[in-house]
Amino acid sequence: MGAHHHEVVSVEEQFEFTAESKRNLLIGMGIGAALVLIGAYMLSQGGGHGHDAHAAAGHAAEHAHDHAEHAYHWTQRIISNLWVNSVYFAGISIIGLFFIAYNNLAQAGWSAVFRRVPEAMPAFLPIPAIIILVLAVGFGDKLFHWMHEGIMDPSSPHYDAIIAGKKGFLNKPFYFIRLVLYFGLWYGLWKVLRNLSLQEDEIGGTENYEKAIKFGTAFLLVFGVTSSTSAWDFVMAIDTHWFSTMFGWYTLASWHVAGLATMTLTIVMLKERGYLSAVNESHLHDLGKFCFAFSIFWTYVWFAQFLLIYYANLPEEAIYYRERFSGYGGIFKAPFFINVFLNFVTPFLVLMTRDSKRTPVILKISCWSIIIGHYFDFYTNIMPGTIGENAGFGPVEFGFILLFACAFIWSVSTQLTKGNLIPRNHPMLEESLHHDVA
Amino acid sequence: MTDANKKFLVGVYDDDDVALAAVNKIKSAGVKIYEVYSPFAIHGMDIAIGHPRTRIGIAAFCFGLTGFLCAITLTTWTMGIDWPMVIGGKDPLSFPNFVPVMFELTVLFTAFGMTITFFLSNGLGPTVKPLLFDPRCTDNKFVMAIDLSKNKMSEAEIANLVKASGAEEVSVKQV
Repeated sequence: MGAHHHEVVSVEEQFEFTAESKRNLLIGMGIGAALVLIGAYMLSQGGGHGHDAHAAAGHAAEHAHDHAEHAYHWTQRIISNLWVNSVYFAGISIIGLFFIAYNNLAQAGWSAVFRRVPEAMPAFLPIPAIIILVLAVGFGDKLFHWMHEGIMDPSSPHYDAIIAGKKGFLNKPFYFIRLVLYFGLWYGLWKVLRNLSLQEDEIGGTENYEKAIKFGTAFLLVFGVTSSTSAWDFVMAIDTHWFSTMFGWYTLASWHVAGLATMTLTIVMLKERGYLSAVNESHLHDLGKFCFAFSIFWTYVWFAQFLLIYYANLPEEAIYYRERFSGYGGIFKAPFFINVFLNFVTPFLVLMTRDSKRTPVILKISCWSIIIGHYFDFYTNIMPGTIGENAGFGPVEFGFILLFACAFIWSVSTQLTKGNLIPRNHPMLEESLHHDVA
Repeated sequence: MTDANKKFLVGVYDDDDVALAAVNKIKSAGVKIYEVYSPFAIHGMDIAIGHPRTRIGIAAFCFGLTGFLCAITLTTWTMGIDWPMVIGGKDPLSFPNFVPVMFELTVLFTAFGMTITFFLSNGLGPTVKPLLFDPRCTDNKFVMAIDLSKNKMSEAEIANLVKASGAEEVSVKQV
């Protein structure tokens, strides 16, 4: 009934990470770990990939000589799974800060009431950061074609002139420095913004808000570059011969919508548990619009990248999609299309109407669809280049998803307890409490 | 768009908050309000007046679907059936080629369809004389119009009600 009819709600809320939630998460992690162990045992015994992929079209073209030189070992599937999940969850985490930063820069008022949720998300960053660094340093050659022994050495039998031409960017020292820079800058700037926000609860005023705008803008500048370069480093560099000038955008779009869906889902679930009663239908409506709009944006970029490559039909570019459609015995065809279905068709049709964006259950279903869907996005982008025909969906995949998801929820929940659930002295809070999009 | 010779009671307000409160007061007294004119959108006003929810979203979906189906018909008929053409080595009926056309026609039909629907349903058009009770509603005043023929209460009673709700001026207009 308009801005004049909102009840005055309390902004004093303390999130409690209950012993029951902790127990459930521990059980989840336990099941995840057990699945990984069972899966690893099955893989070490030679199970899990009983298909004949060598006859598949498209396979022989690029990878035949690589695989002959580098015999597959089952641990590569474990490494690839760790990589997929680390990249995906690192992305979701950093999108929390991205959201805060652009809301600060736009001086957005509506989001103030729930901003503690995206603010808490980057707390998970150190875990994928450590995994990514350890894997890149210790097992880089299992993931990246360009890290193979002698690939840039003209005297070596493994020499690859195309990959050697990328040495200026793809060399180990620079690569490791970049990885450290990404996580250092992202985590460091998050710490600054997070502390400013928590301090604001105590001291009030607008000083911290002004500072947060500046540091948020600094982060946007950093992220404007690093979102693209990290997408190349984490994902595109796996298929070293191939490149797409849209890849940075595309990966950012994927991370962004997955992060927004995670944020929305968290807010809806907190509301269900009696928290964030100040978040009204209009906030949910706008969050729904965000998920809807950026699902379409992701689809647009995803399709634009595909269409250009499909239309030009240059062999060195088209091989990328050939591998995913029909290569490796066609095992990536299903994830490829599940990807489009969960990330475009479901959110597009389900979130189209006004009422559905305001209905928590429907919002939750769409968010789950997006979150699961973008796992498939990273899966289809990473797995064909790392393990190819040895990929699949088994206990290892489900176990790692469960482990990462539970660890993510754990660290975000812990972070949420560290301050009032509503930023009580945020200068835009009053506007946010009266947010009304009719 | 309205019948000739209708009598409207027109109240002019100076403040949007007052106007919104007035709508609730007058409505609760049992008076039907024809429309409130404002230089900007007032949150909650349409709900307060009791206008039914707009169906333009449904119209948009139908227009979009029409555009989408037109695009499918156009592309498959012209490129694949009537005069099959091989472009860039692709099959004449290759779906990815048609996606941009589908996208564009969906957007085009939706945009034009919604604009035309909006004009029609609001009685706007080059030959239509707009219903303007007080030109100041395009500047700094909020104008409430009450259709006297649709209300059982007497003109004087309603005028008193409108005045009491904070209107600066009350007048009767024949349109």
